[in-house]
Amino acid sequence: MIKKINDYEWEIPKQDRPDMRQPVRLFATEPMINAARQDKSLDQAANVATLPGLAGPVMVMPDMHQGYGFPIGGVAATRVSDGVVSPGGIGYDINCGVRLLASSIEMEAVRGQLSDLATALDRFCPSGVGSKGSVHLSERDLEEICRKGVAWATKRGWAGADDIRRTEEEGCINGGSLDTVSKRAGERGREQLGTLGAGNHFVEVDWVEEIFDDAAAQAMGLNLGCLTLQIHTGSRGFGHQVCTDYVQSLQRAVQKYGIQLPDRELVCAPIDSDEGRAYLSAMAAAANYAFVNRQLIANEAREAFEAVFAGKMKNWHLHQVYDIAHNVGKLETHIINGEKVRVCVHRKGATRAFGPGSPELPDEYRRIGQPVLVPGSMGTGSWVLAGNEASLARSWGSSCHGAGRVMSRAKAKTSLHGEELRRELQAQGIFVRAGSMPGLAEEAPGAYKDVDEVVETVVAAGIVRKVARLRPLCVVKG
Amino acid sequence: MDTCIILKGMKEKKPRGFIELPNTADWALQVWAPDLPGLLAEAAAGMYALMQAQVGEGPRQTRTLSLSGVDAEDLLVSWLAELLYLAETEALAFDAFSIRVTGSALEAELSGAPLAHLTRMIKAVTYHGLAIRPGEDGLSTSIVFDV
Repeated sequence: MIKKINDYEWEIPKQDRPDMRQPVRLFATEPMINAARQDKSLDQAANVATLPGLAGPVMVMPDMHQGYGFPIGGVAATRVSDGVVSPGGIGYDINCGVRLLASSIEMEAVRGQLSDLATALDRFCPSGVGSKGSVHLSERDLEEICRKGVAWATKRGWAGADDIRRTEEEGCINGGSLDTVSKRAGERGREQLGTLGAGNHFVEVDWVEEIFDDAAAQAMGLNLGCLTLQIHTGSRGFGHQVCTDYVQSLQRAVQKYGIQLPDRELVCAPIDSDEGRAYLSAMAAAANYAFVNRQLIANEAREAFEAVFAGKMKNWHLHQVYDIAHNVGKLETHIINGEKVRVCVHRKGATRAFGPGSPELPDEYRRIGQPVLVPGSMGTGSWVLAGNEASLARSWGSSCHGAGRVMSRAKAKTSLHGEELRRELQAQGIFVRAGSMPGLAEEAPGAYKDVDEVVETVVAAGIVRKVARLRPLCVVKG
Repeated sequence: MDTCIILKGMKEKKPRGFIELPNTADWALQVWAPDLPGLLAEAAAGMYALMQAQVGEGPRQTRTLSLSGVDAEDLLVSWLAELLYLAETEALAFDAFSIRVTGSALEAELSGAPLAHLTRMIKAVTYHGLAIRPGEDGLSTSIVFDV
């Protein structure tokens, strides 16, 4: 039984099921709730509410859809003292996330070069199934990446101070160690750094179509009418293997600790246990790998911009706006009933959205709040938002992460044709380079919700505010 | 509901096989076979079909696997995860299996060849809703893959 709280918030009371320990709060409109009833999103959210040591309600964002274990868009905070960490609640693509770069290149001035730009990005940014990066990592490199994150790239000249400062956690989650990662994960990670992968991952050039908050846009360096670039990818085979290893090994831990679960994908271990600590260390290692991965792709994109624009304009630089994770578990301190409580916030298809004043933000964003990056589907648009103070009290400092799927991949690929879609998008002035046409069809705009409705919901709920709207120009997919 | 999907479009249900199930964001399979070794082999074939993985005409290769799990479902996930690992790291796919299951452990001999074609990759095999169910004709289960 779902209760309506207001036009943008709903609740599944904990009395709804005997095994729920906390209620579920959903940020959604009535049509979104009705759509969610068509798949398993609501059941999955209720399943998450059975986890031991939850510090409060399970939150679900308006881009929710059925996942595995957690619904996509699910946020759960568990107490470090007596709660659990669930690898499946963070996902196989650990620290899948988005990086946004911006420029002062005016879209109208380069409209005739966009096809070349798409081709150059496709050439410089390795993508697709089995893609390998140009950097082959030694054991020591990998160990440093796991421990130091993006700082590893600075001594090679591959990351600047702004890149690091404008990355969540400054590109390094503490505690990451190669010691807690399997040999297999290391083998997979060594070959794939600086690669995009396939599926819904992309590099996308957009232009700033509209600005809603001048001060925030100025702080972020977003210029009306100018080009930006988004990178959406994660920890590649390294993270997939880390999660696979721990979801398997923790099948025994739930027996050891006597934890009853409604779904085995929610397998977990107490945070304060050998198993929990080992997973958090391995997860941090994979998250740090993902931060470095997006850093190297950002450099590859910068090289592509230079190849196309050098000599044709004075400034083709892409500066970092922000880099955020949307599949991650973070140890954070939240105020609960007036007291500071240390919790592990699981964000599965949700982003951190800290408000103004948060000490975790770089100086230039401390007045405006954290940039929240919400990519849409490749034919529509994307949003840059800023976190509000209310997010900490109402959504575990979290917001939505994208548009959210509505159509199954199986249906998308039978009802839409990749080549036809590519031509349609090009007719709209959007240049697509894709390694797989069936893969492109699965990611068609029609397979996703309207990202504008998703954004209007979190804005109306008061957890974020609008900064800028972006429109796509070039899309590279694996 | 899954059974309806299996029967839809099929004049007669074969004793073993697989079919893709609708899933919003990921891929899912329904798999059935007379026994657990058969179920493991069909799950492998179904996973390769989802990935559009084709065994090439290169030199045949064999591998031997020994796996164990806490139960049959755990074994199924370990089995498929192993095949994914071999596809990604050695670009190998297999089309002939000799599988022996004892309790919740297996020994398997695989025969295959380098991949001729692979356009879609699976990130992982999940435990979501995973339950191997006995029926009149053997065993069946549904498997969700993260993509």
